Amino acid sequence: MMPRLRNAPPRYWLVVIAVVFFLGFPTVISSFQSSLWAQALILAIAVMGLNILVGYSGQLSLGHGAFMALGAYTSAILAHRYKMDYLLTIPIATLFTGLVGFLFGFPALRLSPLYLALATFALAVVTPSLIKRPEGLTGGVQGIILIQPDPPPFASDLFAAVTGTAMTSDQWIYYISLFCALLLFWVAWNLVRHRPGRAMRALRDGEVAAAAYGVNIAGFKTLAFGISAFYAGIAGSLFGLATGFVSPDTFPVSLSIQLLVGAVVGGLASIPGPLLGAIFAYFLPIEANQWVPSQSWIPDQVASTVKNAGPAVSYGVLLILIMIFAPNGIVGLIRAGYDWLYRRLRGATDRETGQLPPDPQTV
Amino acid sequence: MQEFFQQVVSGIAIGGIFASLALALVLIYNAMGLVNFAQGEMAMFATFVAYALINRGMSYWIAFPITLVLAFGGGILIQRLVIKPVERAPVLTLVIITLGLATLVNGFAGFIFGYVPRSFPSPFSADSADLFGVFISYRDMGVIAVSGLVLLGVYLLLQRTTVGLTMRAAAHHPEASRLLGVQVSWMLALGWGLASAVGAVSGIMVAPILLLEPNMMQSIIIYAFAAAVLGGIESPLGAVIGGLIVGVTVNLAGAYLPGVGGDLQLAVGLAIIIAVLIARPNGLFGRAAIRRV
Repeated sequence: MMPRLRNAPPRYWLVVIAVVFFLGFPTVISSFQSSLWAQALILAIAVMGLNILVGYSGQLSLGHGAFMALGAYTSAILAHRYKMDYLLTIPIATLFTGLVGFLFGFPALRLSPLYLALATFALAVVTPSLIKRPEGLTGGVQGIILIQPDPPPFASDLFAAVTGTAMTSDQWIYYISLFCALLLFWVAWNLVRHRPGRAMRALRDGEVAAAAYGVNIAGFKTLAFGISAFYAGIAGSLFGLATGFVSPDTFPVSLSIQLLVGAVVGGLASIPGPLLGAIFAYFLPIEANQWVPSQSWIPDQVASTVKNAGPAVSYGVLLILIMIFAPNGIVGLIRAGYDWLYRRLRGATDRETGQLPPDPQTV
Repeated sequence: MQEFFQQVVSGIAIGGIFASLALALVLIYNAMGLVNFAQGEMAMFATFVAYALINRGMSYWIAFPITLVLAFGGGILIQRLVIKPVERAPVLTLVIITLGLATLVNGFAGFIFGYVPRSFPSPFSADSADLFGVFISYRDMGVIAVSGLVLLGVYLLLQRTTVGLTMRAAAHHPEASRLLGVQVSWMLALGWGLASAVGAVSGIMVAPILLLEPNMMQSIIIYAFAAAVLGGIESPLGAVIGGLIVGVTVNLAGAYLPGVGGDLQLAVGLAIIIAVLIARPNGLFGRAAIRRV
């Protein structure tokens, strides 16, 4: 055990630090802040799903907001109409959404990424009107109001022992979301390191070559779509729980764009990327909303426009700039910076000892 | 029966609008194998420009060509600034960039013009003419005439002029064209400009029917996608015919299918896209892609 710990690469320690940080975070921030961070973590789950599809298997979906809506409404309808415990509805909604995604992936097999992007974009645009129609089931424009669960005694007692105050349901939902996020990030990490991940990357980088090596192209494309819908489903289900209601306007096209922004900004085809990207994409409009009215030099009439248009403009600019200048997102920039620093430091010591670093071409 | 024909005619009118936007999509697809998700938003922005010009007291028929010229220049500018740096990047990168462009233009329009819907003038009277017992509004006729002229103009430009020939050559065989002295990159920019201008026509035509606001084209672009996919995404003629079919289908579905109508008409567009992609992915006029491995 000890040698393994001592030899663990730095990124394992980063994971430990991140987990401890997120576990302890609600004890130092307000209950309302925890609710926001819960939603950011939930968004990270959906972005992770999208990242498996876009980053690892090279297919583009612009409609993952629709799968989130499906997960959220499945849970909400089960909990509201059939009086099920909401926590029990989460796995049902997740599996159901995953199955639908798997079926939606079937036509995707024979389509180029372009057509898939087109079809899923249309799906995202149509979703709000599709939800509004069956009013008896979905509550129409009003949506469905959900009852947030109280934390169980053991969690509440533990939390009270640490902070001295009782746990609110927002904080309980935060921990549920954190648990799901950790589990799903761990699953994703294992997935991409093993056979399915290698197969997906192979078909992303060269479909014909991958097929020649015996990768089941159709199978893995559908699998990737199903898995990413599965992630979106659990995210949607948790999202309904965290916001306390679901309505057609919870799932506009801009949600799907926000997911894509999260995936691209954080870094495609990386595991920490979706977490960083989702936190960024979630808090950008919220922080902008608070920042803009606080600036006295912006006139009031302009401020409301800036509040409305600001996130769209900044999302757009970011998508373009990152795709042109930093296709690997935040994670890519951090990695490049780390490598540069490492080489600077190592290069300096090598020169002191009189040893030149080996020529990269001969290694 | 008379009502049926009236629905068909107004379907053709709206279909002409879809056809213009679908043609813009096809132009860019042919130039670089890319679906431009920002096409609708660019058209919306051009329509706002036309609105601003008309509001300054300019006559409609002067503002219209000026807007098209500005849209042409804007399209070239966008290609130079945003698309050129990633011309050789994978399609995935390009699509994400056009999506970013769509979001950016949408937010920018909201930033400048606000989100209050405005009514846009139409140069055609709202009266109807009696044509063999079918009442057709002058508005519909005007829209059909303008769309028809634009489509004809694009056809003539691409098929009958040297510039058109060069553009097609640059799109289909970039390497060979470069050897013959064609500036391929500028031809792509020209394609973007042309697409932008053609798309602007659809925006200006649809604005009097809907109200002008930054999200105006969000539904129209879905119908244009449907039209382009139905016609075969690389076929200009297919885009036009696809646009007309989609327009008539959507109109008839809204009028006769119970439960469809209002915002659920958009679901018909989605249904067309999915049905075509499942049944005939290359559309009516497209050719199956053959690749050498």
